[in-house]
Amino acid sequence: MARNSLGREIPAQWRGRTLDPYLDPWNKKPEVLRATRPLVRRSPGDSKLLPSLRAVLEKCELRDGMNISTHHHLRNGDLLLNLLVKELDAMGLRDMGLACSSVHAVHAEIIPYIQKGVITRIETGVNGLIGEMVSKGELTCDIIVRSHGGRARSLVTGEVEVDAAFIAAPCCDITGNMNGVHGPSACGSLGYAYTDARYAKKVIAVTDNLVRYPAAPISISQSDVDYVVQIESLGDPKKIVSTTTRITRDPAGLLIAKYAAEVIETAGFLKDGFSFQTGAGGTSLAVADNIRRKMADGKIKGSFGCGGITGYFVDILEQGYFETLFDVQCFDLKAVESIRRNAGHREISADLYASPFNRGSVVNMLDCVILGATEVDVDFNVNVNTESSGYLLHNTGGHCDAAAGAKLAIVVAPSMRGRLPIVRDAVTTVTTPGETVDVIVTERGICVADKHVDLKKELVRRNLPVKEIHQFHEEITQLTGKPRAVEFEDEIVALIEYRDGSIIDVVRRVRE
Amino acid sequence: MKLRRSLLYVPGNMPGMLQNIPVFEADGVMIDLEDAVPLVEKDAARLLARNFLHSYQNRNKEMFVRINPLDTPYAAADLREILPALPDGIRLPKAENPELVERLDTLLTEQEEKLHLEIGHFKIIPSIESAQGVLNCVETARASSRIVALAFGAEDYTASMEIDRTRTGEELFSARTQVVWAAKAAGVQAIDTIFSDVNDMEALRAETALIKRLGFTGKSLVNPRQIEVIHEVFRPTADEIQNAVEVMEAIKRAREMGTGVISLKGKMVDAPVVTRAARTLRTAVAFGMIEYALSDEVIHGQK
Repeated sequence: MARNSLGREIPAQWRGRTLDPYLDPWNKKPEVLRATRPLVRRSPGDSKLLPSLRAVLEKCELRDGMNISTHHHLRNGDLLLNLLVKELDAMGLRDMGLACSSVHAVHAEIIPYIQKGVITRIETGVNGLIGEMVSKGELTCDIIVRSHGGRARSLVTGEVEVDAAFIAAPCCDITGNMNGVHGPSACGSLGYAYTDARYAKKVIAVTDNLVRYPAAPISISQSDVDYVVQIESLGDPKKIVSTTTRITRDPAGLLIAKYAAEVIETAGFLKDGFSFQTGAGGTSLAVADNIRRKMADGKIKGSFGCGGITGYFVDILEQGYFETLFDVQCFDLKAVESIRRNAGHREISADLYASPFNRGSVVNMLDCVILGATEVDVDFNVNVNTESSGYLLHNTGGHCDAAAGAKLAIVVAPSMRGRLPIVRDAVTTVTTPGETVDVIVTERGICVADKHVDLKKELVRRNLPVKEIHQFHEEITQLTGKPRAVEFEDEIVALIEYRDGSIIDVVRRVRE
Repeated sequence: MKLRRSLLYVPGNMPGMLQNIPVFEADGVMIDLEDAVPLVEKDAARLLARNFLHSYQNRNKEMFVRINPLDTPYAAADLREILPALPDGIRLPKAENPELVERLDTLLTEQEEKLHLEIGHFKIIPSIESAQGVLNCVETARASSRIVALAFGAEDYTASMEIDRTRTGEELFSARTQVVWAAKAAGVQAIDTIFSDVNDMEALRAETALIKRLGFTGKSLVNPRQIEVIHEVFRPTADEIQNAVEVMEAIKRAREMGTGVISLKGKMVDAPVVTRAARTLRTAVAFGMIEYALSDEVIHGQK
């Protein structure tokens, strides 16, 4: 058991895998060539179309212990993963791994198949019940939490081998040309699936909307697709929306948003060419709204917005405040509609968006990013994976990627949730290292990392409530009292992989 | 000059809202023990408000408590519980006549003696909220040296008038004017009524602009989301500040030449113009918008 540079205990090995403890955000370099996949020749007249998922699974020659993947663009509306897991079970396959881009609450349906041993590994983070049960020791399933950029990296380097990638294709033709913008299950960008299409051993387009050749526009092309299968429905597009895509009405949330926008302005980024990422939470959207107003007042024209795209970002594009939106994932149906229509609204892959191991990703060009947190600590480390309960409940998303890339990473969070302080001595789990976090904004104070001396001075001069983080931690703890620490067993149930593949933290079983 | 642009009501029986008081940028807060609190929670609200005031040590805003009307059985208990926790003052609802203010003044003096506080420590903001109150408000405003501002309450006022309150508020015009006159004549601030539709920021902005033009110096409010709009309206514009600076520079030159009148861009600058400019600059300084040292000698000339 060694400690990584953040003091987290990391075992030398876990489930047969040798672990590389996290050192710092910048210096781990790739030492391999790109992974690859077999070349195939298809002659005129060869058909890729197969009659059922079962037929495809058989054709893929899946064996026990292999990995399959899906993308999570249909979020809580996705039906495909549940269907696939049931088929894997029906075929008698066991010890399979899920290398999906994310697993959502809707996939709680696969829990019985985890209990049965059909699925034993999840090579990505999880949202919801599966993580909670694994944390409690009620479910055995090895979980490796990866960020969006980290997942793309793990496929490109071959650390994770996907034996069959099942890509839900809202619009597809018989050769496998596909896009996400047309059809009853339109989800917009197919950003997460691009990497699977290029690196999985077998690529299967699964569609509920088979159109006459050629499907256009082409997001993922026929040259990458092995098989095509039509099913009745991929899912419910109304459920692809994120939990909140409305600006918060909570006065404390609005105050946080106002402060965050003032930090961005004070830091000097609000000028022509400004680039920006924000999430879909109510406070994040309120920041976007403040930024839009400041851009309007200053007649500023930004360059790009990126990440998960919401209707609010679409408005900002259409009103001319940004020239381009780089979209890995549409968060609501207005974004889906926009990506179909707006030339400036561009679909990009998770690799291009956020991988640390390519020749430069979009996050590296970001001026500012607004990020959330379940906890932060006095070293500016951020947790988004577990909550104060210790349960693994949330996936990383692009959190640590955008923090590492952006010039100014701002974490917005209320100073307390319920009766729990958000600022802790040490976060329960490190998702994003403090080295990459610049400012923490709460309704009761703004904490600025020590390296930003000038920014801190200027915020003070502008009468913003700047507080030293230890003092702020004291202040909040005085209000809430010091919560009793959650106790953990030694058993490690999940790894938190940093975007470069090193292990930044582990999740242990909670002592109940 | 103490800024009281925004006086935020916070219900005394809501701990979740009380704990956020230090966070919001209102100039003052009025913890409400009156209309927002149902009868069965009057005692709970009193205790919560008292405990909150005790714990709120490094105060960053003025703290008032709106007690129940003096003719109810709750008012005495309100004062007894609240005053030892040292609010800055009391908002007196239904201040129908000067006698009510005088009675409150006496009660406050008694408590100050008991608590060994300087007499006059607790301030009063009487609330004018009925036809009778409007008619009497000139005397009410002068009823106690504790009064720092006169407030207008339109919800009860329109009820007493048996009329509806409209979005544009024409029906309030005369009463507002009377309250402002009474306040200005007594040398205290004038605080306008709440605007209850918390989602209609444009109408709030229009109403605030109107009452600012009438002479009100601040507004009561019911939701922290309204603070920003109100502060924006009361903030002098960059042009106003620039103009005020030019007026001050011009009058300075005039004083140096031994006169009290000078022309600036074709307009005459004399005493009232200078007074208004000085007021704009004081406000801008109080809002933290500029740094400017005002000199009485420049404003009023050498005595």
